[in-house]
Amino acid sequence: MNPVMTALRAGWSRGLIELRQSFTNGAELFSHFLWPALMVATMFFIRDMSFGSTGLLLGTLALPSILGMNAATGMISMSQQLTADREDGTLLRAKATPHGMPAYLIGKVISVSGGLLADLVIFLVPGMLIVEGLRIGPGSWPTLAWVLALGLVATLPLGAVLGSAFPSARAQGLIQLPFLGVIGISGIFYPLTALPEWLQWIAQIFPIYWMGLGMRSALLPNSAVAVEIGESWRHLETAGVLGAWAVLGLLVAPMVLRRMARGESGSTMAARRERALQRVG
Amino acid sequence: MTMSKQVVLDVDGLRMRYGSVDVLHDVTFQIRHGEVLALLGPNGAGKTTTIEILEGFRTRSAGRVEVLGADPAHGDERWRARVGVVLQSWRDHGKWRVRELLAHLGTYYAAYTTPDIERPWDPDELIAAVGLTGHADKKIKTLSGGQRRRLDVAIGLVGRPELLFLDEPTASFDPQARHEFHELVRRLAGTQETTVLLTTHDLDEAEKLADRILVLNGGRIVADGTAAELARRIAGEDEVRWLRGGRRFTEKTADSTKFARDLFARYGEEVQELEVHRASLEQTYLALVHQAERTTR
Repeated sequence: MNPVMTALRAGWSRGLIELRQSFTNGAELFSHFLWPALMVATMFFIRDMSFGSTGLLLGTLALPSILGMNAATGMISMSQQLTADREDGTLLRAKATPHGMPAYLIGKVISVSGGLLADLVIFLVPGMLIVEGLRIGPGSWPTLAWVLALGLVATLPLGAVLGSAFPSARAQGLIQLPFLGVIGISGIFYPLTALPEWLQWIAQIFPIYWMGLGMRSALLPNSAVAVEIGESWRHLETAGVLGAWAVLGLLVAPMVLRRMARGESGSTMAARRERALQRVG
Repeated sequence: MTMSKQVVLDVDGLRMRYGSVDVLHDVTFQIRHGEVLALLGPNGAGKTTTIEILEGFRTRSAGRVEVLGADPAHGDERWRARVGVVLQSWRDHGKWRVRELLAHLGTYYAAYTTPDIERPWDPDELIAAVGLTGHADKKIKTLSGGQRRRLDVAIGLVGRPELLFLDEPTASFDPQARHEFHELVRRLAGTQETTVLLTTHDLDEAEKLADRILVLNGGRIVADGTAAELARRIAGEDEVRWLRGGRRFTEKTADSTKFARDLFARYGEEVQELEVHRASLEQTYLALVHQAERTTR
């Protein structure tokens, strides 16, 4: 078996094992259901509210948007898991194993995106029962699929970069704040056109808005386009912005990861652990 | 015979400097195939730095280092597959089960099977070899400290390494666990012909496990030899005590065995209550470290 195949196969089986583990222990199983359940509850409460005079229901607008947002949270999981794996020595173990690093990363991408897909389904199924006015036709799934796939390629490498750049669990907590901020201005729970124009521009820099927009274009009737910027689903722009983030992430991530991996050793790990213990004690 | 054995690890003039502080000065040594070498020294002597350079995890400042014929700073995946690493503290893969992890990590090595060495080690055999048979299906985070350490060694061995690095392998072990661990390492060196480099600050451990001991202090090698050689070289002489004709005798000698033989040849049954006190390696070691500290200051 050649080296590339070894890494691919090991990464694949690694990803599947981790995925299975995350659905067979209580704590993680709980977290798989918690976030989707909160989102379903949110939608339940806003399902009858309408947006301005358009006659569109907020719940209907929010369901695909939340789907897009949830897909973007893969970035946070990626970043957190990388940090945790660095702290407990999983990464160093990978470094001590032939083809360990590529296999580790492949495995991580598989387990994070697999867990994400499951979370999306956990959210989507009850959501579709609560919310009225979606338009799910034969064209919906291909659009949903490409937005999701491109969205993951745009966000997961960024997550890996953040995970490498911010080595401590505490720094990881800090990353979540700006992430929540970006969610707040990305037109997830309320259409972006209701925000001041300068905020709209900022929101359009980040992938979350575009993932929400793409999902809305897949699941909403055409009339709903009226609340979007320029009254268009802007598929080209969606592909453009997400594609740009993907290229950036795929260029930067290997460099940052390689640099991080080079610095890993038993003593750096021990030193980190020491610092972590001092904070606790 | 030892001389004909191949050099597996060759370090020449190794230096390491952090900022303006030198932590390793001109470290030079070799390890031959099948040898168990202990790098002994007090905390902060440079043991971990040395072993991390040899493992390829740290870039040295100067000197020549060759491990299994390659520079570890540029070791490729094939080289990596021939080396086993057991670090001081692992907490990784807590959610995995013992057999699951060993079977998984084994697949990385399958491509590196050679006519002489079949890789990887069968997970069940390996689990038995490190004495974890009853725990094969346990989650790793539920293992006790000693069990976890044995698993770490198993992971280090899963690719049937030609060279195994053990960094402070028994720190925080209770005496029973330590004893079992020593048996395991001796078995490995004996039956698998694995070359082992271990670091320890515990003299007793070095004496029990190693064919040869290298004492590292303040970033320099201050002694190199078998336990007996080190004891002779530094502490010098054994002490022989005996009773003859109601009188007590005490004599210092470099060769206590020969001395006793001569004693019996001369006095026969008159010699009573013979005691031979070998020069204690512990005193030797303390003397060495003390001496080295005095000269560097």
